[in-house]
Amino acid sequence: MDFFLTIVLDGLIQASWLFIVALGLTLVFGVLKILNIAHGSFYALGAYIAATAVTTVAAHGLPPSVGFVAMLVSVAFIASAVGFLLERGLLKMFYGRDEVVLLLVTYAVFLILEDVTKLIWGVNPIYATQPYELFGNLEFAGLYYVGYDLVLIPISVAAGLAVWFGLNRTVTGKIVLAVIHNEEMSASMGVKVKRVYAIAFAFGVLLAAMAGALTAPKISMQPGLSSDVIILSFAIVVIGGLGSVEGAAVGAILVGLARAASVHLMPQAELFMIYLIMAGVLMFRPEGLFQRETARRI
Amino acid sequence: MNPVLSVRGLDKRFGAVVAADALTIEIAAGQKVSLIGANGAGKTTFVNMVTGYLKPDSGSIALDGMNIGGHSPRGVAQLGISRSFQIPQLFIELTAAENLMVAVSGTRTQALSFHSPADAQGRREKAVELLGRFGLADLADRPVSELAGGVRKLIDIAMALVRRPKLLLLDEPTSGVSAEEKFATMDRVIHAVAPDAATIVFVEHDMEIVSRYADRVVAFYSGRILADGNPNDVLKDPEVRRYVTGGA
Amino acid sequence: MKRSLHPVIMIMLVVAAALFGRALPTWTLSLATVAASNALIALGIVVLARTGNVSFGQGLFFAAGGYGVALIANAWGMTDAVAQVIIGAICGGLLGLVIGPLIARYTGIFFGMLTLALSMVLYGALVKSTVLGGSDGFNVGRPTLFGMIFVDPREADFMLYAVSVVTTGLAGIAATILFRSELGLVSLAVRENNLRVEYLGTSANRIVTINFIIAAVFAGAGGAFALMAQRHIDPQFAYWTTSGEFVFVAILAGYQSVAAVFVASLALELVRSFSNLYLPNTWQLVLGIFLLGVILFLPRGIGSLWIRDKHKKNDSAAETPVTAEKGAVS
Repeated sequence: MDFFLTIVLDGLIQASWLFIVALGLTLVFGVLKILNIAHGSFYALGAYIAATAVTTVAAHGLPPSVGFVAMLVSVAFIASAVGFLLERGLLKMFYGRDEVVLLLVTYAVFLILEDVTKLIWGVNPIYATQPYELFGNLEFAGLYYVGYDLVLIPISVAAGLAVWFGLNRTVTGKIVLAVIHNEEMSASMGVKVKRVYAIAFAFGVLLAAMAGALTAPKISMQPGLSSDVIILSFAIVVIGGLGSVEGAAVGAILVGLARAASVHLMPQAELFMIYLIMAGVLMFRPEGLFQRETARRI
Repeated sequence: MNPVLSVRGLDKRFGAVVAADALTIEIAAGQKVSLIGANGAGKTTFVNMVTGYLKPDSGSIALDGMNIGGHSPRGVAQLGISRSFQIPQLFIELTAAENLMVAVSGTRTQALSFHSPADAQGRREKAVELLGRFGLADLADRPVSELAGGVRKLIDIAMALVRRPKLLLLDEPTSGVSAEEKFATMDRVIHAVAPDAATIVFVEHDMEIVSRYADRVVAFYSGRILADGNPNDVLKDPEVRRYVTGGA
Repeated sequence: MKRSLHPVIMIMLVVAAALFGRALPTWTLSLATVAASNALIALGIVVLARTGNVSFGQGLFFAAGGYGVALIANAWGMTDAVAQVIIGAICGGLLGLVIGPLIARYTGIFFGMLTLALSMVLYGALVKSTVLGGSDGFNVGRPTLFGMIFVDPREADFMLYAVSVVTTGLAGIAATILFRSELGLVSLAVRENNLRVEYLGTSANRIVTINFIIAAVFAGAGGAFALMAQRHIDPQFAYWTTSGEFVFVAILAGYQSVAAVFVASLALELVRSFSNLYLPNTWQLVLGIFLLGVILFLPRGIGSLWIRDKHKKNDSAAETPVTAEKGAVS
């Protein structure tokens, strides 16, 4: 039983940051209908910026809590700005062209950001562990858990609920949903679709970057981070269903649990298990676990 | 002697829509049968089921007495049923001749060649000959994307003829064809098929075409057969007038 | 077909290109070898793309070829370059034979995602495998050719260059013949309208599978080349960014011309080499900007794997006056 709980808890901890990343990716796909290959790059950017914020704060002798807040705030601002500028300045030029073109544009952005991060932060691993100790340790079922890890769970749940609430219960949210379901109709009803695009993209980037910031204290920042994260979040989004918020949650939990279970039971399977599930979903239920109702175009 | 096509008790529903309701019909070899009915009456669904594109909810379909209900469009084609489409299903970027050549390759029983050029082994000759039967021989090397709707319709039909089918199903063969061209089109089709004495079933909305070319008319309504007989009788039938042709 | 090179002429060009390597400096030789190998794999993607399906997971066969050859080379001391290429091709082909039929019925974005997922499955398995060296991989010895051992690195490089150029050249010739063939035409038809192909009595899935296996064979052979060039194999061969690079070359090239694939691959390698030389850690940046430039200014050169390309102009001499009766040209 303890063993089972360990796996569940580990899985949920994993799932929490995975969910936030996947949420951003799936929202951008749902609204703009593009798969943002650079999504992982924004995660990495968030992590690196957070690291810089934390180490700068620490260098000034301020406590880790300040570093924690500083990193979240700085990432939030910078990521939103970058996302907004990127959408308005670059992506917008390619709307209306074949959807493959946008895919290639995001791939180009991914390539560019890979080197930009290397140029700014170098190729050696960077650490920013000070905030990791903020929430102490917790003993549970005979094992020690770092408080910070556990705190991620309610944070991600809150984020999920906030997004769900925002989409389903606010006017702006409903407009976004309308664009997700049927863009043509929305446009013909007066919705400023381009504005929704900008907001959705910026928000997607923000989510990715925040996830990066939140995990920064527990990982090492190095090249390759973005490519690992994008493929993982892509798998989650495919499993859950492209464009579905609930799908991102279920996908993240599934992947988190699969990972945790593998680590404890069969470590060799940890990585390929996820992609096996992805392949399985694609073969037997290609629309993902949470089917998005698409209007039948006659 | 077995009828060429024997359909018994065919049912098909799409949610609340009844596309086929216990459809039963037998078509003898060599007949020219026209299917008429308003949009949504079930004519195209019928063609889709006979050609294996849709699986009926229940019922049986037999070609020359042999059950073909479980076959795919490919299987059905290999057994001798070909069809043309309401909206021409062509290979737009390829030339007219290339479209026909693909159809010719489809008749091969052995594997397609990796090395023999596409237009070799008589394939191009066959393609151009078929185009010629519809008066399209000099458009052979034009990409379909440059050709008008009426021409595309003819190419679509020509492709269906390559296999020399026993049963040819034409879905609105003259729609999209200009009024002056309609008779010429149907003349060409009948003439092209004559050597093989195939059975033709054609879906039509133009009653002039129906009365001129069909020797039997089947009227559809809500997935059921409203009337079935020779053109004169069926077209004068009051129910047919009400639900299909709209009177006068 | 007009303006097409006779196969004999193409073979002569290939041989000439191989011999030309004698005059090239060593660093160009390695560059050209990598370019030829990548071109081979991209060519396979182009072959498959002509059926309307783009594989984002050729890394699967690239790695299968590489690991297959590496294991056999180390186990049985098989170092002959030509043999290794053949083994790589066979490894790729066998795997393609198994997987092809399973995924041929998926189309478009799902096909692409599935190939991606499968390549990552292999990646994941390789990274965690202790037997195969995990994420570090393992090394292999120098390749030989027909019994000859090459001690001088320049000779060794030239040998590899020649083998890769000849192999890729022959594959290019084979692809050209394929594109003009009956199978080639029907493959294009599958891309345009796979339903009609079925209605005409041909199995669209079978066509896709055949092209898929060809792509797998090419990728497996490419894996052998990469192995021989680096004398090292690791899971990165199966990683999505590796697959992505091959697709990148294929997209740059388009799906009509085999020669374009070589040009695109060479361009990629030149960009990579020069940026590594002058500004380390910038080749991806340069590539990304280059890609954006091509998308913006050469739209027909991009995405023509999916975007309908204008049909090649046939002899405009036959400009027959088209009458209303024929109903042509809107």
